[in-house]
Amino acid sequence: MFAYIIRRILYAIPILIGVNLITFVLFFMVNTPDDMARAQLGAKQVTPELIQSWKEEHGYDKPMFVNAKAEGVDKLTDTLFVQESLKLFVFDFGFSDAGRDIGNDIKQRMWPSLELALPTFIIALITNISLALLLVLFRGSALDTSMMIVAVMIMSISGLFYIIAGQVVFSKIWHWVPISGFESGWGGFKFIILPVLIGVFGGIGSGVRWYRSIFLEQINQDYVRTARAKGLSELKVLFGHVLRNGMLPILTGVVVVIPTLFMGSLIMESFFGIPGLGSYTIDAINSQDFAIVKAMVFLGAVLYIIGLILTDISYTLFDPRVKLS
Amino acid sequence: MMISLLWTDVMVWILVLALIAWGWVISHSPQVRKQWHMIFQSNIAISCAVILLFYLFFALMDSVHMRFEVETTEGSEKAAEVQYQADMVSLLDQFFKHSIENTERTYSSPFATEEYTKSIVVDDSGVSKQEYLPLKHAGIDLDKGESSQSDILGKSLFALLVGLLISDLLIALHIFWRSRVSRISFMEQIQQVIQGKTQLPWRTAYFTFAVLIVLFTWLYYLSFSYHVLGTDKVGGDVLYHSLKSIRTGVLIGILTTLVMLPVAVFLGISAGLFGGWIDDVIQYLYTTLNSIPGVLLIAAGVLVMQVTMDNNPQWFETTVERSDLRLMFLIIILGITSWTGLCRLLRAETLKISQVEFVTAAKAFGVSKMAIIRRHIMPNLMHIILISVVLDFSGLVLAEAVLSYVGVGVDPTMHSWGNMINQARLEMAREPMVWWSLFSAFIFMFVLVLAANLFSDRIQTVLDPRNNS
Repeated sequence: MFAYIIRRILYAIPILIGVNLITFVLFFMVNTPDDMARAQLGAKQVTPELIQSWKEEHGYDKPMFVNAKAEGVDKLTDTLFVQESLKLFVFDFGFSDAGRDIGNDIKQRMWPSLELALPTFIIALITNISLALLLVLFRGSALDTSMMIVAVMIMSISGLFYIIAGQVVFSKIWHWVPISGFESGWGGFKFIILPVLIGVFGGIGSGVRWYRSIFLEQINQDYVRTARAKGLSELKVLFGHVLRNGMLPILTGVVVVIPTLFMGSLIMESFFGIPGLGSYTIDAINSQDFAIVKAMVFLGAVLYIIGLILTDISYTLFDPRVKLS
Repeated sequence: MMISLLWTDVMVWILVLALIAWGWVISHSPQVRKQWHMIFQSNIAISCAVILLFYLFFALMDSVHMRFEVETTEGSEKAAEVQYQADMVSLLDQFFKHSIENTERTYSSPFATEEYTKSIVVDDSGVSKQEYLPLKHAGIDLDKGESSQSDILGKSLFALLVGLLISDLLIALHIFWRSRVSRISFMEQIQQVIQGKTQLPWRTAYFTFAVLIVLFTWLYYLSFSYHVLGTDKVGGDVLYHSLKSIRTGVLIGILTTLVMLPVAVFLGISAGLFGGWIDDVIQYLYTTLNSIPGVLLIAAGVLVMQVTMDNNPQWFETTVERSDLRLMFLIIILGITSWTGLCRLLRAETLKISQVEFVTAAKAFGVSKMAIIRRHIMPNLMHIILISVVLDFSGLVLAEAVLSYVGVGVDPTMHSWGNMINQARLEMAREPMVWWSLFSAFIFMFVLVLAANLFSDRIQTVLDPRNNS
């Protein structure tokens, strides 16, 4: 088990290097340090010397991939790419254009994101699975058909509408909750409740359909027939057999998401003024702050890979047939 | 007049040609024809298809751009060299010339004859007061002080009749054509349609068609004398905006597929069929791309694109060309980021198929790899490709709105539902609320996405072999 995890982590390194290469090509090849220097120094007379000194100051004065001046291994390592990648690997994200420490910002803003994303995730999971089980229990009935149509309709509406409509109805007209804002801890309940409910509702359509199809696939299996044949009630069949065996495909889709909850939701956070990583990213995109976007891309990739590893581990916990080796 | 095509126009017409060619090829396979027949046997599927075709029609109408000659006033000396206007006009713009020209000063609600907010007016005696100013281009047939209700009602009835007439005429034409093909009399064919005895549910299709035609005729006819869906902040007609947005939404939905499909199919089949290091490299590629959160990758791509476009102003001459170029780059970026899912599915399926007996047999007979792919693998992958294309379509239409909100979508000057929603966010905070922009964008988007979702459901039930049991 331990050896397996180590191997998976080692396997993640080439992927992270690939991610770095993509971001590096995107941000440095197209928007070269010279361009950055020009943009940062402003429209004043920019001399080559000024650019050079700016690059030295920020450590951008090295060649991109191959350093012809250096010798031996340094030819490849003493370059901008390796230098930038290494920094990211030790989670040193550097400074944003506004001069703030990105690593510090991330540490601070992670928790508000989580306070919104985690309840949404858990409540959505429980609602979707229980609704799906209910529909499977009444499969083929009018309830099932009509609920499936409703699910397609919910799916067909952009999340932006739910947010705008929710804000207008619950905050502007009925004044039940404040329109936006944040406060950490239980005091922030009134700020969190609306975005959580909207997030859950917006995801119900696709969620219920997905879980329902998983359960329906199980319900035609032989073991379910056997369970019924030995006289188990339909409820026992559903919870004892269908749900447990459906866990495996569910885990594949669910566990991988858990680490990325830290990243928060871009639109939710910016609509509801929650100072999490999602709104952080959106602000960075709008102000074209490449350093932050780069950091978030890397962070997202790391969290996704952690999610993949967690998925594999969770398999061994839920399915005794799977052995990690 | 000179037809001048934008980049995305070229792409969309290439796609249409490709679709026609593909349809011609598959119509020769009785098996595929039977499958499509089965898909359209569902009432929902056929009416969704009619709706989707309607949207496609608008997108195509809006994808023929032309420039008109500048009218020279100084006699005929300059006639030798024709000057063209800088701005391009699409076929759709031609039909909505009145909506483009008849702009108001500011917001006005649907069917309103007065402006939405009071403005300060100074009357003849020098006293200033606040009052609702009448709109310049709404209710023009009304006498002063007359209520617009009866006028709207009368015009609606007229439009309804015209719409019914047009739709019935077109439907009759189609029935006539089908009666000629199936060699039964026209009346017999009509009877079959009305009784619902046709093989495909044509009755539903005709009904949907008639509803859409009547609805559009009504909107179009009334748009000459009212702002049917109101006006936006700068007085632009919201109906016109919504119709123009169809092109953006549909194009993002289908052209992204055009970009993504060749990559996904090529890499997916190669990985599954050849195995070994090719498989490793392709798997590495899509795992890497997949591990970057989608929105961030798109955002990064768009940011880079903005910088590149700012550095290369020679690529475009007009703002239309600029926003079009941006749309094309956005489509390419979306294509590059979205091929991974389909590629993984295709790889797994190819792996499965290449183990099956008929492929082993083909290999043993010495059939070339290309022939195996063409004759054995591609036909068996078709259903996966089709399902994911239709599923992706609705996802992409919705994604456009979110991306525009995040600020990495289409050009802010471009007509798109995303931009409309984006503005509506501020409008909803006004007192009283300006709801019609959001409402229009909502309806137009909802109908398109719902139709696409229901249609893809039907395709899935018919084509997915797992459902046959």
